[in-house]
Amino acid sequence: MNFPVLSVITFTPMVAAVLILLLPAQRKNEARGVALAAATFALILSFWTYFNYDQAAAGYQFVEKYNWLPALGISLHFGVDGISAPLVLLTGVVMFTGVLISWGDDHPHIMAGIQDRPREFFAFLFILASGVFGVFVSLDLFMLFFFYEIAVFPMYLLIVIWGWIVTREYAAMKLTLYLFIGSVVSLVGVLVMYWVAGQNTGVYTFDMLQMEQAGFSQTFQNIWFLPVFFGFAVLGGIWPFHNWSPDGHVAAPTAVSMFHAGVLMKLGAFAALRVGIMLLPQGAQTWSWLIMLFAAIAVVYGAYIAFVQADLKYMIGFSSVSHMGLVMLGFSTLNRAGLTGAGVQMFSHGVMTALFFAITGMIYDRSHTRQIPELGGMSKIMPFATVGFIIGGLVSMGMPGFSGFVAEFPIFMGVWGVQWLVAVIASISIVITAAYIMRNIRQVFFGDMPEKLEGHMTDVTVLDKVAITTLCLFMIIIGLFPSFMVPMVQTGVENILRLLGGA
Amino acid sequence: MFTSTLFASILPEILVLIIGLLILIVEPFWKEDQRRNVGWLTAGGLFIAMIISLLFGQPGEPVTTLGGMVRFDWLGFFFKQLFMFAGAATALLLMDNEKVGQRGEAYLLLLASLIGMNLMASSADLIMLYLAIETTSIPLYVLSGFMLADEKSTEAGFKYLLFGALTSSVMLYGFSLLFGFTGTTNIYQLADMLQTGNLTLVAAFGVLALILVGIGFKASIVPFHFWAPDVYEGAPTPVAGFLSTASKAAGFAVLVRLFFAVFPDPNLDIARGWAITIAILSAVTMTVGNLLALPQTNIKRLLAFSSISHAGYAMIGVVALSQLGAASVVFYLAAYILTNLLAFGIVMAFSRVTGLEDLKDYAGLSRRSPWLGLMMLAAFLSLAGMPPFGGFVAKVFVFAAGIQAGYVWLVVVGILNSIIGVYYYLNALKYVYLYRSSEQDEENHPVPLTRPYMIALAVLAIGVILIGTIFAPWFSWSDAAALNLF
Repeated sequence: MNFPVLSVITFTPMVAAVLILLLPAQRKNEARGVALAAATFALILSFWTYFNYDQAAAGYQFVEKYNWLPALGISLHFGVDGISAPLVLLTGVVMFTGVLISWGDDHPHIMAGIQDRPREFFAFLFILASGVFGVFVSLDLFMLFFFYEIAVFPMYLLIVIWGWIVTREYAAMKLTLYLFIGSVVSLVGVLVMYWVAGQNTGVYTFDMLQMEQAGFSQTFQNIWFLPVFFGFAVLGGIWPFHNWSPDGHVAAPTAVSMFHAGVLMKLGAFAALRVGIMLLPQGAQTWSWLIMLFAAIAVVYGAYIAFVQADLKYMIGFSSVSHMGLVMLGFSTLNRAGLTGAGVQMFSHGVMTALFFAITGMIYDRSHTRQIPELGGMSKIMPFATVGFIIGGLVSMGMPGFSGFVAEFPIFMGVWGVQWLVAVIASISIVITAAYIMRNIRQVFFGDMPEKLEGHMTDVTVLDKVAITTLCLFMIIIGLFPSFMVPMVQTGVENILRLLGGA
Repeated sequence: MFTSTLFASILPEILVLIIGLLILIVEPFWKEDQRRNVGWLTAGGLFIAMIISLLFGQPGEPVTTLGGMVRFDWLGFFFKQLFMFAGAATALLLMDNEKVGQRGEAYLLLLASLIGMNLMASSADLIMLYLAIETTSIPLYVLSGFMLADEKSTEAGFKYLLFGALTSSVMLYGFSLLFGFTGTTNIYQLADMLQTGNLTLVAAFGVLALILVGIGFKASIVPFHFWAPDVYEGAPTPVAGFLSTASKAAGFAVLVRLFFAVFPDPNLDIARGWAITIAILSAVTMTVGNLLALPQTNIKRLLAFSSISHAGYAMIGVVALSQLGAASVVFYLAAYILTNLLAFGIVMAFSRVTGLEDLKDYAGLSRRSPWLGLMMLAAFLSLAGMPPFGGFVAKVFVFAAGIQAGYVWLVVVGILNSIIGVYYYLNALKYVYLYRSSEQDEENHPVPLTRPYMIALAVLAIGVILIGTIFAPWFSWSDAAALNLF
């Protein structure tokens, strides 16, 4: 038996969470130290997984399978393919940078990061991280669902305890109820799939690789694709079920916003792809027009709403809706270019929003405002963060040379192949995005600093700089060397196409 | 006549009786301030009884003993273990309840009612069943009204007595009609007669409805639930915890055994009719419980209504009338007993120190006692059905059984109800984690736990997590129990 790398990655944060809780409450720095060590360990392992994934062999690798409840066909079945390996890496990166950002600085004027009860904060954050890793690597539908729910509930506590005091109670409850409703709607679909697959094949199992062969009838797929796909897609922020997401982003503390936008929304999109499209491919073909319609609306509408926001976090929140719309748009094409683009976009957007939220958090901790008109001249005080924000902005606009271009170009190509009109309409969003990103960079980072902020602002800490550098590196590397990620995603896409074509 | 099977079939009851006798002998020799130690004796004795019956009392093929009075099978065995576990936990939680735990009688009453529950789980005869139900109920009436000086407690005891007496007499009327129609009181013979058509459908329907009244009272199924919130609120908290877990599960043990014995084939018309009746009751129970839980401000009343709604979820498995259905009910009850005992245990530990029982008094608990806060988190999330706690897996199994049997609408009702549940459970946790209490230095006002609480709460919390993560062994026991029904 090889080294069970995937289960170690999945359970490392969980173990770390328990360890952190066992520390005495006063030892704040020790709690942070354990958190950083665990995050670094998980990051190294996810790198290792990423680079040791054999692209020539493709398929699911690092597979581990333990029988968990044989009577019902539930097993702990882990494995990654070309789609999920980048997402595991993404989770590792966001977790690592999230811990760095939350380390904070208890300078009395700043109070950056998490100063109140860091022990509980990191414990809940890491339980969340365990759930996220678990969803990305699970090949068993029951376990996927199990981890999916584990990833949902800590969000409530993280937002309600450490969130922005004005909206946190409202936003946390709204978010939890939206996500819970979405997940239980897909649970009904999942259970129905389990019984029908068992009747068709005679083997009752939650193993997704076996369920792919279940031979669901066309009518069955047409009916049940909708609850399964859209139930999960709620967490992916799909229009018109996106409403929880900007509110949640705004209310959440910095590291949680990074996790939420960077990783959690991918969780929804990924589960919708893995369970909805891959297990019910004919249903996907029937309804792809509907996904495309919703996604196209999300792309343009999200960008437009982002354009009119005065609150920096709301702006990024709605730009996330727009960018996740591009992911869904890529799914809806059901062709090679579109799906590959969507896969890369999940990674690219994850890193990019994590960076945006991190820098917004740094600014807010020092200026105590996120209103764009009240900010200005930050580049003089925090040049490093400014460069980071500009790089993120370029990615967001889809500028060639950065990861956003590598992701968005194939998506538009794929959409063009299916319905050129949608591609044209959706591309309007690029113009809007460029407009609001550039306007904000000018207003927030350049120009004159408002008088009341004079003297209050300090530069970001060293740990913050490490986090910014890490995130920026990924966006530049993928932009300059698409071969870092695109071929990997393509191996996963081939598998999806096989399911779609073979059906 | 006295065979080893006979002994094994009532071994748990014998052992519980021995513990009771021991207490009677020992207690008078102890000084007044030492009498709480009877709790250690009870809990330890029950623990040993569980181990002994696990070692020597395991059933094989189902047999009936004691002249057809008792059925010896896995279903009964598993429930007996659950009841004894709940009894042990309750004894520990009773110890530091000043008005109740210092008195040896409380533990004796607890044990007496445990004997009744154990017999309920294994009765194969209506007469035995009725005796068992009364043996369970009467000590509980006394325990509910144990705090004589407390008006609410007296009210609780009296209310419980009146409701109990009324419903059990209705049920007894049903039993007597059944005997009049058929000339037998053995449940399995009755089931045969029903299937061969010796009993007319209308008569069967009516009689079963009467019996359901008695069971519905024990399991607090709507519309027989009115006693629950008042009794839980007034009774000493450990007793309320015991009522809402073991006593409720005992009702379910009878329901499952009767229902599955009478309707082994779910495709018969009468079985369908009954399944739909139970399905409607289940939907109403869930909905009423959850909706009434929403506006509650007293945590014991909140838990009372939530426990009503949980009876509704568990009934989905009964409706399914399949092996998975029965297994999922048993699994659900196991998870629910652990979770709810944990929740009541925390309420006890908290009100013992502070004397307060309102939700708002829990503000700042996680700062005062982080571990107590975390355990409350585990209990409430498990009640809400979130992993990695027991409630999640239990709910998924029950829903899976419902969908297998084609009751998608009922599962959808269940799911809508869990959404309501998530709302009020999370709201309660908001007090624990977010709000600050009136004293700003909560860290200096911890809620100290005495040793019995620590042991009981730690065991329960670990149990809630174990049943939610490593669920294979628990499920195979539930499945073995369910297999005996067919």
